[in-house]
Amino acid sequence: MSDIKISATLDARNMSCPLPILKTKKAIIGIEIGEYLEILATDPGSENDFQAWTRSTGNELVEQSVDGSVYRYVIKRNK
Amino acid sequence: MAEKKKRLMLIASKGDIPGAYTPLILGSTAAAMDYEVSIFFTFFGLNMLKKKNLKKIKITPAGETAMPMPIPQIIGMLPGMTGMATMMMKSWMKKANVATLQELMDLSIEAGVNLIACQMTMDVMGFKREDLIDECTVGGAATMLEFASEADITLYI
Repeated sequence: MSDIKISATLDARNMSCPLPILKTKKAIIGIEIGEYLEILATDPGSENDFQAWTRSTGNELVEQSVDGSVYRYVIKRNK
Repeated sequence: MAEKKKRLMLIASKGDIPGAYTPLILGSTAAAMDYEVSIFFTFFGLNMLKKKNLKKIKITPAGETAMPMPIPQIIGMLPGMTGMATMMMKSWMKKANVATLQELMDLSIEAGVNLIACQMTMDVMGFKREDLIDECTVGGAATMLEFASEADITLYI
């Protein structure tokens, strides 16, 4: 999966629910279909929220990791 | 043919801080999840659609037994206590980086959330169309029910 090229990064650190999701929706429209969006967040609820959001919007959560208190997600825009 | 969108219908009937956050959080999030969203603002919920009014929404400590106020419940009835509780609640929310009601309303409008003002409540409260934000429409029970009959989720808040 190392061939993933990030097209944009959304810094959603220190944002509380539902802002990371709302900003992600806006950011994903800013990239092309097939491109990747990276999101950084500190909201622990975002782990479940990003899974639910990608499932219901048809986009793909391709990477998910946590480093200390910062969660990192990579989402592929599918539609 | 385009996929049929999921639909969410919310009835916002409350005029205090928790009662205002709940429909705006759920409505804006559902819109971000590609749902079609309508919020019907009725009774005290209609205050959320008044121009420049979101900042004035308060919480009263009287009867709110779960609110951690450093005073006995009965003191919550005294003048000034609602203002104090509102200040406390807002400062906790700011510390937790929660968006303001205005931010959530702006994001909802931007995402195309359908805001419906209850005509009957406008008559009761004496609100005119120009007292309400331009982005809302005015409707009644039939408008709300028609949307709800096609909704996947309907919540009364």
